[in-house]
This record gives sequence, C-alpha cells and structure tokens, in this order.
Amino acid sequence: MEENAVKVLDYKGLACPMPVVRISRDIKTVDVGQVVEVNTTDPGSLADFPAWAKNAGQEIVGSKQENGIIRIFVKRVK
Amino acid sequence: MAEGKVDVEGELAAIKAQLAERPGAKNKLSMVVFSGELDRQLASMIIATGAAAMGMEVVLFYTFWGTAALRDPGKKAKGKNFISKMFGAMLPKGRDKLKLSKMNMAGAGTAMMKNLMKKKHVAGLGELLEVAGQLGVKIYICQMSMDLMGFKREEMIDYPGLEVVGVATFLDHAKESAIQLFI
Repeated sequence: MEENAVKVLDYKGLACPMPVVRISRDIKTVDVGQVVEVNTTDPGSLADFPAWAKNAGQEIVGSKQENGIIRIFVKRVK
Repeated sequence: MAEGKVDVEGELAAIKAQLAERPGAKNKLSMVVFSGELDRQLASMIIATGAAAMGMEVVLFYTFWGTAALRDPGKKAKGKNFISKMFGAMLPKGRDKLKLSKMNMAGAGTAMMKNLMKKKHVAGLGELLEVAGQLGVKIYICQMSMDLMGFKREEMIDYPGLEVVGVATFLDHAKESAIQLFI
C-alpha cells in the first residue's frame, strides 16, 4: 500500500463533523507508528485533518486527490 | 533588603502552578446552548463533537429555549400544574420537533432542510448527540429553565452524565476553558 498504510478507512459520503470524529476514534485501532489511509469525499477534510492532527498530536504524512476522492494518510504518533 | 538566595526552583514551581490555574488555560470548550432552533442546535452539536474529536474537553449548558430539545417524546412527567402543562404543550417536544430559525415557511423549509441533510449524509441531532455521548461531551441543563418551563428531569432524554445545575457550575467550567461560546 502507498505510504505503507496498513489499512484503508472508507469515509466516503460522510459529512462534517463525522470524518474528524471517525478518525479520532479509528486512529486508535492501529499501533503507534502505523499509517492509515482515509478515503473521503468531504472537501472540508483537506483542511480539517491537519487541524485535527495538530490538536490530537497525530501526523498527516500525505494527501492526494484523484477521481473525486481525497486520500489522506494519517500516522499514529501517540 | 532580604538576605539569602532566591529559591529559583520554588519560584518556578509557583509560577507554573499559577499558569496552569489561570483563566482560559484548559484545552476545553464551554458552550451555552440557548437557542431552540434546529439550525442553531445543529451548529452547536457539530462544534461540540468536532471539538471533542480534536481532544478538547467539552461542556454544554442547555438553557431557555435550548432545553426543549432535550425532551424525550417517549417520556411523560407527572404532577405538573396548569401553566407547566401549557408550556409543555407549546414548546417543541424534543429535537425532532425543532424548526429552522429562518425560512421555516410553516414547516416546509425545515422539512426541506432535513431532506437535504439526509441526501448529503449530514448527521442529524440524534446521531450527533449519540456521538457526543461516546466522546464524553458533558451536558448540563439549566435548573431555572427547567423550573420556568415546568420540565421535569424524568421527561428528558437519556444521556450519559446528564445533570441539572445552576449558572455557577457553568461559569466555573467556562472560566477555565480556552473557548467559550453562546449559541
């Protein structure tokens, strides 16, 4: 998988605030140091995820947009 | 002029303690939910759950018109006097009966909004409240509002840790919060 993501979280169709609410919970399902890939259709998430990460002490290691889907790679730091 | 050395460590510790206790120091959001309209309540719930998802401690204080949103339509309260019964009948019975603050258009606007939200998968108040409960958002209900409107504790929704309190409790939380909001 890209960015060594251990799994893909499908958040397509979820609208604010659910993507951020879900990642705050789902990031705990992987080990510290692992990366998950989030797939979302919510445009606000591009700005929201870094804001969330800054406050939650996690890290966004990359993001890309393709075919209307935003892929965000989140690393669990703590 | 005092003799002797300055206790640097002691002074530092004292300053650190002061900093930690200063107003607005906590990574916390305190919000007054005064409005009983659907759009305003949605905004407050989205902000509350968003803040909780970001790791902030969140405290909500439902008062005045906001109180009606916490009524459980499936529950009844006994022992109400005439005025309380009237108020109870006039105010919306729970979150599903709230109206938009603008463009309600005799209910048509509110219905359209709810439809739009469903289409766009925007979470409604029920879902947001459930998420809030899971994320540990604390909800207080204003005692005075309950009294004025004749609501009883037993007719309110089930929510983890729901408490009926006065303004001082809320202000104590607000004072130490980094963010204070009034919706």
